Amino acid sequence: MANEVLELEGINKFYTESLHVLKGIDLTVREGEFIALMGPSGSGKSTLLNILGCLDKPTNGGYFLGGQDVSSMSDSQLSSIRSRYLGFIFQQYNLLPQYTVVENIEVPLIYQGIRLDSSTKKRCEALAELVGLGHRLDHRPMQLSGGQQQRVAIARSLVNKPQLILADEPTGNLDSKTSLEIMVMLSRLNEMGKTIIMVTHENDIAGWARRIVRMRDGNIESDEANEPWPLPEGAPELPVHLLEGAA
Amino acid sequence: MDPLSIALVGVLSISIGFLLASDKGRRGLELALRSLWLHKLRSFLSMLGIIIGTSAVIILMSFGEGSEKDVLDDIKRLGTTNIIVRSVKPPEDANSNMRQRVATYGLTYDDMDFFKTIPSITRMVPMRIFPQETRRGARGHNSRVVATTPQYAEVNELVAGQGRFLNEEDEAQMNNVCVLGSETAKSLFPFEDPIDTSVKLGQFAYVVVGVLTDRMPTGGTGGSQAAEDFNHDIYIPLSTSRGRFGDRIMIRAAGSRSMEKVDMHQITITVQDIDKVRPVGSMIREMLSETKRHPRQDWALTVPLDRLELVERTKANIRQSLGIYASISLLVGGIGIMNVMLATVTERTREVGIRRALGAKRSDITFQFLVETMVQTGIGGILGVGFGCAYVFVHALLHSMPQFAFLFQQGSPSPILHLPSITWSLTTAVGVGVIFGIYPAMRAAHMDPIEALRHV
Repeated sequence: MANEVLELEGINKFYTESLHVLKGIDLTVREGEFIALMGPSGSGKSTLLNILGCLDKPTNGGYFLGGQDVSSMSDSQLSSIRSRYLGFIFQQYNLLPQYTVVENIEVPLIYQGIRLDSSTKKRCEALAELVGLGHRLDHRPMQLSGGQQQRVAIARSLVNKPQLILADEPTGNLDSKTSLEIMVMLSRLNEMGKTIIMVTHENDIAGWARRIVRMRDGNIESDEANEPWPLPEGAPELPVHLLEGAA
Repeated sequence: MDPLSIALVGVLSISIGFLLASDKGRRGLELALRSLWLHKLRSFLSMLGIIIGTSAVIILMSFGEGSEKDVLDDIKRLGTTNIIVRSVKPPEDANSNMRQRVATYGLTYDDMDFFKTIPSITRMVPMRIFPQETRRGARGHNSRVVATTPQYAEVNELVAGQGRFLNEEDEAQMNNVCVLGSETAKSLFPFEDPIDTSVKLGQFAYVVVGVLTDRMPTGGTGGSQAAEDFNHDIYIPLSTSRGRFGDRIMIRAAGSRSMEKVDMHQITITVQDIDKVRPVGSMIREMLSETKRHPRQDWALTVPLDRLELVERTKANIRQSLGIYASISLLVGGIGIMNVMLATVTERTREVGIRRALGAKRSDITFQFLVETMVQTGIGGILGVGFGCAYVFVHALLHSMPQFAFLFQQGSPSPILHLPSITWSLTTAVGVGVIFGIYPAMRAAHMDPIEALRHV
């Protein structure tokens, strides 16, 4: 059995006294898993993702990430956890408009306190190449298509060698063809051993995961293994050699 | 440079040094410059308040400096290390019933010998002054006869245009020689070279050994010294005057004549350095106040340096009002910048959310926005300093060119760049950046990252 990446123990979240959004969630995630978190709106999946992403704190319950109890940490400790252990991919891509592709990929390093030099730059360029943007290093987000922006975001989420990648509707703003590209890329990353938790409400997209967790009214309704879609014929291989040492 | 501005420059350069030395600081600076460049017009407009504030401080301080220099030059013509003691005819003599035939008053040779005991005095120049008609053949000139010693020329910065001034030998030998002021020479010798000719003063003839160049008259000092116009003077050795005229002087005025016995009308005392001026001044005042020497107040003491004090007081007043003016304009500038920063923070809410999600601490966000405001006010300050200096230079340049004289009022001062105000205004500008940047920066830092990410 692979190592645990995180463990949730009886996570409760109240927004107000009567608004009980998460009702005692227990969840264990192991290294190399690819989980799709599904559920109708209001089911609490976004709140759960925020808590998993250390952007929000549970009202009570335990959250252990890499063996550390995260649920009682201060704001600045949580920031540090985010910068070291987590990678984020958003529906809106959320790149910084004033930065180039490479600079966007560098941002998490800055907040880890890493000094930017030619070696970090090289690594970020390798990551850009990994997601197929080696020829767009100096472009700004506005000059890229949605799919390209999302690929930059994926590269960014890898730069700090995270234990866990959190993806919030990563294909929500993309057409089906581009969505497929992105999902193939995420599957490849998972094959390479990356742990991914993805929120989605589309069954098609969730089908790429190896485990599907369904939520309803703040409870986990079902949690079952899934046989992921096979990779399409001729799906591009990731240039894995670039990832070695880079992520 | 005053210690305050040295300290300010120190603080400024140390903080800039820290900013440049750390990776985080450099990134912050770079990011700030980029964000400002992204909104050029907005950044410039919000900086305008700071630009106007700093340049106004520099321009006004430079005008203050310029007019101060004018006044100081005036005082320096009197000599800042000088103390001037004059004989004054006491009032009871002037209008008393007991009319003395000879009015006896004033400083004596005794007094002068007594002053010699003060060690820090480097030079004493006594003068006897009386009006006397100077004659050269048929021409006459109502000149002021000044009987004095050779050092008089140094004290009053007189320059001989032709020939020489009186020298020690003239004094020792009681030579019958004289030196003419430029106007005296012009009216007595309109056509010939006066050197080595003779002029008549009273009954005796004096050989002209020199003619002075024109000199600007000095202003009257504190009411106790008459304005001096050196150009109508004629100078003779003090010893000669004692020998030829005696101690009594006959003064003829319209419809009256009076007799005076005055040893000396004025002694100009020069002291080693400026610090000694006041102590020596008060020492002399004390000596003269002894009733044995001068039972009546028949002397007056002027210290040109005292006028400096007045100037300094005025300067302090000007500074104070300038300080108020500057703080108001910088305050307005600061509020403008704060306003823009608040709008910027709202506009960049999403950016804050992204950065927080990627691991930025609250302090990182505060730092980012604070550096941005400081860079903004700093750049505003630098532009303001540049503009202020440029204005001062151009104004001074035009002021010095006669063809642009029509632009300026007669006697208006030319500005002189006031260096300390550059550091003051620059540090104040950056300080304003810190003070008015803190609130928007904290507001950005304390946004909920989840809310911020959702912001459109």
